[in-house]
Amino acid sequence: MHFFSPVLWQFLVKWLTEFALFPPQASAIAPYMDAFYFFLLLISLVGLVLVGLMVGTFSIMFRKEKNPQATHIEGSTLLEATWTIIPLALFMVCFVWGALLYFRIYNPPTNAMNIYIVGKQWMWKAEHPGGQHEINALHIPVGRNVQLTMISQDVFHSFSIPAFRVKREVIPGRYSTVWFRATQPGTYHLFCTQYCGTLHSSMIGDIVAMSPDDYEKWTAGSTSGQSLAQNGERLYASLGCNSCHSGTAGARGPNLAGIYRSKVTLEGGRTVTADDEFLRGSILNPTTHAMAGYAPIMPTYQGQVSEEGLIALVEYIKGLNNNDRIHQTLNDSNFSPSQAGATGAAPNYRSRQLTGADQMPDAKPDTSSSKGMGPSPQ
Amino acid sequence: MSTIVRLPNQQDATLPKRSYLNSEYGLKSWLLTGDHKRIAILYLISITFFFFLGGAFAGLIRLELLTPMPDLVSSDTYNKLFSAHGIIMVFLFLVPSVPATVGNFVLPIMVGARDLAFPKVNLLSWYLYMVAGIVILSSLILGGVDTGWTFTTPLSTHYLNTHVITAAMGVFIAGFSSIFTGLNFIVTTHRMRAPGMTWFRLPLFVWSHYAASILMVLGTPVLAITLVLVALERAFGIGVFDPTKGGDPLLFQHLFWFYSHPAVYIMILPGMGVISEVISTFSRKRVFGYTAVAFSSVAIAVFGFFVWAHHMFIMGVSNYSALVFSLLTMLVAVPSAIKIFNWAATLYKGSITFETPMLYAFGFMGLFTIGGLTGVFLGSLGMDIHLTETYFIVAHFHFVMVGGMLMAYLAGVHFWWPKMTGRMYPEGLSKLAAVTTFIGFILTFFPQFVLGYLGMPRRYHAYPPEFQVLNVLSTAGATVLGIGYLLPMIYMTWSLKYGAIAGSNPWQATGLEWQIQSPPPTENFIETPIVDYEAYDYDWLANKTPHEVTTVG
Amino acid sequence: MDSQTVAVRQQAEVAHHEGAHPYYLRHHFETVEQQKEAVSFGMWLFLLTEIMFFGGLFMAYLLYRNWYYDAFVSASNTLGIGLGTTNTAVLIVSSFTMAMGVYCAEMRNKRGLLLSLSATILLGLVFLGIKTIEYHDKYTEHHIPGASFSIEDFVHPQDKRDVALAPDVAQHAQIFFFLYFAMTGMHALHMVIGISILFALLYRASKGAYTSGHTSTIDNFGLYWHFVDIVWIFLFPLLYLISRHPLH
Repeated sequence: MHFFSPVLWQFLVKWLTEFALFPPQASAIAPYMDAFYFFLLLISLVGLVLVGLMVGTFSIMFRKEKNPQATHIEGSTLLEATWTIIPLALFMVCFVWGALLYFRIYNPPTNAMNIYIVGKQWMWKAEHPGGQHEINALHIPVGRNVQLTMISQDVFHSFSIPAFRVKREVIPGRYSTVWFRATQPGTYHLFCTQYCGTLHSSMIGDIVAMSPDDYEKWTAGSTSGQSLAQNGERLYASLGCNSCHSGTAGARGPNLAGIYRSKVTLEGGRTVTADDEFLRGSILNPTTHAMAGYAPIMPTYQGQVSEEGLIALVEYIKGLNNNDRIHQTLNDSNFSPSQAGATGAAPNYRSRQLTGADQMPDAKPDTSSSKGMGPSPQ
Repeated sequence: MSTIVRLPNQQDATLPKRSYLNSEYGLKSWLLTGDHKRIAILYLISITFFFFLGGAFAGLIRLELLTPMPDLVSSDTYNKLFSAHGIIMVFLFLVPSVPATVGNFVLPIMVGARDLAFPKVNLLSWYLYMVAGIVILSSLILGGVDTGWTFTTPLSTHYLNTHVITAAMGVFIAGFSSIFTGLNFIVTTHRMRAPGMTWFRLPLFVWSHYAASILMVLGTPVLAITLVLVALERAFGIGVFDPTKGGDPLLFQHLFWFYSHPAVYIMILPGMGVISEVISTFSRKRVFGYTAVAFSSVAIAVFGFFVWAHHMFIMGVSNYSALVFSLLTMLVAVPSAIKIFNWAATLYKGSITFETPMLYAFGFMGLFTIGGLTGVFLGSLGMDIHLTETYFIVAHFHFVMVGGMLMAYLAGVHFWWPKMTGRMYPEGLSKLAAVTTFIGFILTFFPQFVLGYLGMPRRYHAYPPEFQVLNVLSTAGATVLGIGYLLPMIYMTWSLKYGAIAGSNPWQATGLEWQIQSPPPTENFIETPIVDYEAYDYDWLANKTPHEVTTVG
Repeated sequence: MDSQTVAVRQQAEVAHHEGAHPYYLRHHFETVEQQKEAVSFGMWLFLLTEIMFFGGLFMAYLLYRNWYYDAFVSASNTLGIGLGTTNTAVLIVSSFTMAMGVYCAEMRNKRGLLLSLSATILLGLVFLGIKTIEYHDKYTEHHIPGASFSIEDFVHPQDKRDVALAPDVAQHAQIFFFLYFAMTGMHALHMVIGISILFALLYRASKGAYTSGHTSTIDNFGLYWHFVDIVWIFLFPLLYLISRHPLH
């Protein structure tokens, strides 16, 4: 084939060998998504061919040379009914199928392992509970249900893994979740798909699905030494949470041991489930999440804890089965906050410095003498 | 190939001595006119300008996307390019395209009136459009805006330092231009029909514009207030959409899409009206199922208000509300399908010829079918998860808007060109342009469906190299498409001086507009027409032919 | 139709035109009734668009009042009820004077019309004046959202006048005030436009327009004015009267 231009030839070869119409089917839900896609393609093809045949054959059969005199036909209720009801029925099938798929993807199973994702302009941060932190990458085990709890630090982003056929908007101000079960080891694209500013197209990364053994090795080798919960514990103490939420009888704040996923009654009588969103919301808007039987005196930590800090706190609280760890923080000087202001007295809001401190997970316990409630800004 | 075109004898044919074009001379007579026909021409010129500007941006986008690396323009510039492309094409081209040009020109004549109900408001509409265009242009000249045409908060309110408020105000003004046009059409259709012109004797073009006008009038104000809120939040930093201050960014999404979904029906319905006229004329038959098509237009308008959150399925709306919106989306797809089938059925036992408007109409039918069906893909919740925010969406809306609406617009401009100017465009070239456009379009946008399923996100400046082949195909198509759009510019302009004299009814179509001279006189009708025949009554027309009104004066 | 007939018809049209048609009948309308109905219909449609326009703000209000009820109650209670009620009364009376104006126009009572229009203008200006006072009060109390916003004044809604609202809740009062300024500001803008048009109408009425049989303009402007009034009648309870209790 040497009479082809070599460039063109390379182009053709590359195209033919690498050309894909579908991303790899790398998750449990992917085949179902593709099956649905095939169905939709099929009915679209049928519809298109039908319309095309009608237009094509009629315009040839009844072109002016063949049919100089048009025949007036007002309409046909039967035909109208037919081409109303059949498309409607087909669309209803699509609706039901699509709804089932949607509910499957957006309702995580309760046994899923949870990984936190924080999106910010223009990168993804993944926080594993075991203390592994990744940027623009996510290592996950194959064959296990993985749930992602995601939040944005700034604008809307969207976490998309085409190979897994999942995508969810990552919203500032509240958690969104998505789950999947990877079925094939490999490295797959991670994209941000919601336009988020200048480097939107650079907000991409790799999803690395590994066999369970490889994943074990990876978690052992990549941990920062502190799990998320341990960081949460440190933050819990340094922010003074343990002074009100001490887990002792008569404490000013409710006992947080075992609170995760339990039903709580709020001031005003409503009962809600204490999920991740509730825990995060309680830290930022405590008065609207005040529990019945407790005075609504908890101060807000809006502006003082970063999203990563909130994740660490939430992860810590999620894992609290009993009050031992809280009591430990009360007694252990390693955990005591280094300055005044953590005594639990109603703070003076207007003079509190809003440092916007970014609590980096592997920061050492703060022993400096800076003022304010948190460690020095990142 | 046979043709229905019947032109007067070109040896001695002349344009009418007195028409709306020469009834008054001077710039002031054009800029202060109340004549709907002159306003239509003013719109035609301005819309064409903005179309080519938006198209130029599209060309630059496709040029950048030839290679996976971000090497042609910087990221910020790229973001400004696609934002400008979207804002200009949606608000300055698609929304006013058919209603403001062909609709303005032809609608009053179709109902048998001498002008729209409020000619001065009509002129105001055009001025508002021009001001909006200038404001948006100035936002571009001052440095551009990079929010995307969707102005998503909190990006647009807190995280950009580009000219968001200017652009938003430009769109705000354009919105009022649209509202006034719609208001004019509704009142005209209700109150100014000639004696005997009952609702069901109206051409389907009027029905489509009526439905679109309802959407314009009810939906656009919500966009207006949403943009005001964005501007206020940006200027004063309040927090109505800012979660750190208690606001809800999703509120913006709801408010924005409450207009922007009906907006797409505002854009397509007038085009569907054109298709009804063209298919009928070139099959020499009344549209099959006239009543069904008329009611489908209104049904699309009504249902169109209830589906907006299908743009937000993955954004954190509750699963149950997603269910409701998906169901309603399936319902809104049905009337469009009905129309397509009715048009196809019109061809049955017709007497069909293939002049340029008919070629565009065929293109519409194929491409809109594909575009509309892919809408069903996106309205299905689960499928939307994978496809949303990718090039699948881009392909979907370009199929319906460009493959559908733009083709219908070109069909309409070609169809009514002889009426507006008194001259015919060159048929051979126009057929070539239609076919070129069709081929170019498919080559440009079909690969984008594949790209979307593969996962390529939209609004991406750079992309993984494995997507390059499809992008190259797409850009190649865009080049062909560009040629297809440039050709009409050239030959239409040429025809103004050198085109054949058309006479009042070169297509031998039914409809009041074809019974007056081309170009029409300022007052449209010498005497008020009295209508005692149905729309698309070709038998009646066959009998009328010997007494057709030809040139006047 | 041959040119002879055309010429005859054209002449007849001209004669007919000069004789029977009043000066205010526009050429594209057949009869005065058609014009009147069309213009009236147009105005109602325009008011419908205005409802949709304000509707966006009402939607935002609905959402945030639902979310932040306590903050809304507290913030609403800091608005001056006396001034607000006065304004409501002023607007209602101005609607009355406007309606009187329409009546006078129809009765061809030029003096009555001029008085009514003047009264409406005056009341409109009074409304705007009171609004200015209210805005100024908000300014001095640091209730204008933005950098200078202060949460000191917001107390717990359950009549515990000494108990300050928790700051995280009180911050949401900013949203209330944003909506307050946006909604009343948009309303005030419509008032300003209305008053400007009223001046123009007053001038033309003084020259004899509107009292010689063609009242369409006054009728339709009256519709606009009543609409602006109705918007206020919705705004007043929504903004000023959230869970207000009579003073003990």
